[in-house]
Amino acid sequence: MKKLIEVKNIKKNYGKKEAVKGLSFNVNEDEILGLLGPNGSGKTTTIGMLLGLLKPTSGQIFINNLKLEENRIEILEIINFISPYIELPKKLTVKQNLYVYSKLYKVQNIKERIEYLSEKLRIAELLNSITGELSSGQKNRVSLAKALVNEPKVLLLDEPTASLDPEVGDFVRTFLEEYKKEKKISILLASHNMNEVTRLCKSVLMMKNGEIIDQGKPNDLITKHGRTNLEEVFLKLSRSKSEFN
Amino acid sequence: MSLTRIYGLFLRHFYLITRSFPRILDLVYWPSIQITLWGFISNFFATHTTYYNNAVGVILTCAILYDFLFRTSIGFNMLFLEEIWSRNFTNLFIAPMRIGEILTSLVITALIRSLIGLVPAILLTSPLFGISILDLGIFLFFLFLSLYIFGITLGILVSSGLLRFGPSFENIAWSTMFLLAPFGCIYYPIETLPEIFQKIAYVLPLVYIFEEARNILINQTVNIQNVYYAFMWNAFYFSLSIALFYYSFNAAKNKGTLINMGE
Repeated sequence: MKKLIEVKNIKKNYGKKEAVKGLSFNVNEDEILGLLGPNGSGKTTTIGMLLGLLKPTSGQIFINNLKLEENRIEILEIINFISPYIELPKKLTVKQNLYVYSKLYKVQNIKERIEYLSEKLRIAELLNSITGELSSGQKNRVSLAKALVNEPKVLLLDEPTASLDPEVGDFVRTFLEEYKKEKKISILLASHNMNEVTRLCKSVLMMKNGEIIDQGKPNDLITKHGRTNLEEVFLKLSRSKSEFN
Repeated sequence: MSLTRIYGLFLRHFYLITRSFPRILDLVYWPSIQITLWGFISNFFATHTTYYNNAVGVILTCAILYDFLFRTSIGFNMLFLEEIWSRNFTNLFIAPMRIGEILTSLVITALIRSLIGLVPAILLTSPLFGISILDLGIFLFFLFLSLYIFGITLGILVSSGLLRFGPSFENIAWSTMFLLAPFGCIYYPIETLPEIFQKIAYVLPLVYIFEEARNILINQTVNIQNVYYAFMWNAFYFSLSIALFYYSFNAAKNKGTLINMGE
């Protein structure tokens, strides 16, 4: 199985504060890896480093066998990201936003690509709507369309279903499962929704204070820690560690 | 450099401007008001002072030139701030765009924004005040080009600050031009400034541009040295601003400012 993401002992310090302490992991093609951890555990910092927005203090990142430090532009062409904390330009229509980003990613058949994504993500009727006037669920699907406009091999998702109602949340999860299977892409999913992680992820990394405190398949972790679901494992690990810190 | 990407980012701002009538109005409104106001002031001084006796359009021409500089600089900053306000900053910086492509696109867009405002204002001057900025002749192009480069330079310098320090740097974006204006000798000869201020003014391209505009209009002669010095200082500050932008981008990557930047 081809490794699309390879992270080797990355560290990130902000002054004296160690935000990420020697993190190593791989994500293979056709695989979703969950990144779990309480707020401030280093998830966003890790994603920022994978996107080239943050420079690791030390360590190396390879995407599709290319070293990020030396091939930033080539890597950004095959990677994409969504987060509820970033938005598309609000005053532009959905179609204009998708067109602009298709240009930025040098998509060849823009019209066909937008039509394909509009159909798959049920946003065809929203194409001429102003992006800022959409509901959270609609915005989420439009952001997902933007994130897939370049047919990424690697997709980074930060809380992709946060603030969505159960129906839209389920639609997005089902879409991601099918899309990953069809395109054999790698997905790194940072989420606080343990049901989502259990459903989508082949394996998970549990982070706290910038380091991995446990990892494995969701069901193996549940069995290992003698709990009934991943949320209980998450609580146990974060609380037990806190007691010793 | 990819022209497709440069065009893509240009489109993002073009759509924004053309979708909104108030935005277009805003671009046209302020330069027109500014020029009209200075037109009347210019008329008053022309009839009440000997300095401007033979050159009715000196103040107005300088006002137009300054407004172009101001619009270019603010226009560039606005394009950058727009990404922060719309929380699109991260999307832009995770797109496979080189810094040179981002800057080129913003430089072109800033020029178009400035011209949208300036052309109607220039057209107003002839019927209202009987003055044509074209009196500056071929040198008008060089003066405009010089001002454009300096306006873009200031825009890049402020954007570097926004990259490095985040949205809190926004207030500086609005005040840069006001800080430099007194040293630019826009409406008065450099001898008006105290000696210490003259030394500062001489290391800015502005003083050479506005001195030369006055020289052409009042003395009807051309001092090519002024144009040359303006371009030399422009080349220096422009190179400095590009270097600073790259430095700020790398510093932002170390500090983490690029993640989730927005209001």
